[in-house]
Amino acid sequence: MFTIEVDSKTVETNGSETILSVCKREGVHVPTLCHMEGFPPSGACRLCMVELEGSSGLVPSCSFPVTKGMKIKTRSPKVLAARRTIVELLLSNHPDDCLYCSRNQRCDLQTLAAEFGVRERHYIGKKNNRDMDVSSPSIVRDPDKCVLCGRCVRVCEEIQGVSAIDFIHRGPKAVVGTAFETGLNVSSCINCGQCILVCPTAALTEHSYLAEVVAALSDPNKFVVVQHAPAVSVTIAEEFGIKPGKDADGQMVAALRKLGFKRVFDTSFTADLTIMEEGSELVKRIQSGGTLPMLTSCSPGWIKYVEQFYPDFIPNLSTCKSPQQMMGAVIKTFFAQREGLDPSKIVSVSIMPCTAKKFECAREEMGRDYVQDVDYVLTTRELGQLIRMFGVDMMEVEPDRADTPFGMRSTAGKIFGATGGVMEAAIRSAYFLLTGKELKELRVQEVRGLEGIKEAKIKIGDLEVGVAVASSLKNAAQLLESVRAGRKDIHFIEVMTCPGGCIAGGGQPLHGDQNAIKARMQALYQIDRDETLRVSHKNEDVARLYQEFLGAPLGEMSHKLLHTHYHKREVLV
Amino acid sequence: MTTVTQDIQPILKKYPNARRDSLITILQEVQDAQGYVSKESVIAIGQYLRLPASKVFGVATFYNQFRFHPTGRFHVQVCRGTACHVKGSLSLLDTVKKDLKILPGQTSRDRMFSLEVVACLGACGLSPVMCVNGEFFARMTPTRARKLLDGCRKEAVQS
Repeated sequence: MFTIEVDSKTVETNGSETILSVCKREGVHVPTLCHMEGFPPSGACRLCMVELEGSSGLVPSCSFPVTKGMKIKTRSPKVLAARRTIVELLLSNHPDDCLYCSRNQRCDLQTLAAEFGVRERHYIGKKNNRDMDVSSPSIVRDPDKCVLCGRCVRVCEEIQGVSAIDFIHRGPKAVVGTAFETGLNVSSCINCGQCILVCPTAALTEHSYLAEVVAALSDPNKFVVVQHAPAVSVTIAEEFGIKPGKDADGQMVAALRKLGFKRVFDTSFTADLTIMEEGSELVKRIQSGGTLPMLTSCSPGWIKYVEQFYPDFIPNLSTCKSPQQMMGAVIKTFFAQREGLDPSKIVSVSIMPCTAKKFECAREEMGRDYVQDVDYVLTTRELGQLIRMFGVDMMEVEPDRADTPFGMRSTAGKIFGATGGVMEAAIRSAYFLLTGKELKELRVQEVRGLEGIKEAKIKIGDLEVGVAVASSLKNAAQLLESVRAGRKDIHFIEVMTCPGGCIAGGGQPLHGDQNAIKARMQALYQIDRDETLRVSHKNEDVARLYQEFLGAPLGEMSHKLLHTHYHKREVLV
Repeated sequence: MTTVTQDIQPILKKYPNARRDSLITILQEVQDAQGYVSKESVIAIGQYLRLPASKVFGVATFYNQFRFHPTGRFHVQVCRGTACHVKGSLSLLDTVKKDLKILPGQTSRDRMFSLEVVACLGACGLSPVMCVNGEFFARMTPTRARKLLDGCRKEAVQS
């Protein structure tokens, strides 16, 4: 322990930190574009420069370790001028079209320009005029808006272990791109959208389907229905300036209705349905010696990852479709029949915390007779935009409930939104399916929380079931490698592509830090604490759906509508 | 196409237990053997070194020395070193680009010409310098360059 001086204030440090982390702890604002919490510093943007007494130039605080007695100035005229110049240089070849930009008012570069009072174009560089990449159904890349901070490259490599993108070329020609500069659609990109969340500008955004949804809503010949994912109700309020952790389920349902959707369904209902199918599948695999460990299949980024990088594990993937696709399937079959609607007239929209869902809904496995089960997927952010566009005051509307027949849900279906939630829900129901009794303690603490890999042993009757939960694909790969190396004690693995699960999905509100993710998670578990229907197999509407339409879990109808198979995928890896 | 990938296996075998630090040497050796670094080679090298294709491609594009298209029958190099620049290599390069209708790093559709810009050919006294299939041509002008390229075309027709 020793002290250093920051802006003439004496500050204690343990000596193994960087200047930036000391400043952050002390509440001294140091701007940065490339720094990411939990990653080693890259020192790419130079915005975090500070003045160090005795040093001739400025030093980058993100990568500069503290030394005893050092004296730092973070807001001297020299520092501020240098930072302003850096912003001006970044702007020199920037498209400069903020008013027309999808990140207007949410852009880190714009914020910095405002903070530093950039008022003139001191440097006017040549604009790049590179092509946008709109090939992916999930993610749009606009290289002209890229500031080469490298956050997307690092998330893709270090969190997801995918590395679909990297720095290509050098110097003024450098871009972030895929191998051979192809479109994202043929790259190894798994569409998770984590790159969008860390991008400081609009270089990476979701592929928006707002125009299509707006058009459908105004078409009198279409019957537009909507489903919303478990993780959306606990984040949508953030789009309207409410602090993270507020569950706005009722208001969101009411707002969706005001937008003109004819029916509002809760994807948590089909999460319960997923549990019935997936739980039965797990039980069947354990009892009949099927391929184990079984891997969950709710997260479409993860599915594509397995198809590309671990095709030998495809037999391990649960054949269950994701809750979104199950909902899509029952809407265009059971619901259409019940209401006497022509399935081709139904436009099925889903609100997801996820960009990969946009890819999933267009997969050839996900529909029948050339009709997609889910037509358009909007992210939480796009829903926020739609609500603003239609002038609905979401926080003021009278709360409402989702529609029958797919509106009732258990809290087990709701906690799907957090890492470990699918596992917990599955354990609750698998226990009942195997023993005919309810678990005494429904809360499975071992699979909760934000750790990357969680494991537990669950005693069900005389059977000990080994379960593991991974969030982020780097962690998932670690688990798969251990299974490949011969681990036999795991029966069931839940994988969520995004670190933390859907509450931290690539379609969620921007600028959600670790605290925001924790708050969103707490909001989900609060719902689980507060309500009484806490297991999927007691959802009466699910039971009725089986009775009236599907038959039994894993039955013929389920097999046709709710299950699918995946295939090895050739991409540039 | 698969034959190309097979071709580089003997090269990869020369680097047992190789890690990412062997990447550039392997890329160089592959280019020496094949004249360029093909898509298939990038993927094969990536698989061998357990590196994603984007990373291999990123490293390869960082350096001017790597080509991603097969060279043409006549591989044209235009020097853009300091001395050649002073003596007008920019307009020389412009002429060649227009004449061949390709950009540096590209190969013409008929596989006749490929164009490369080099930083220095080490013949500054002869600047501006062009080089075709290893043969140097000194004190080039746009007119002489056009003649030189026409000569190549004639040679191709005759043989």
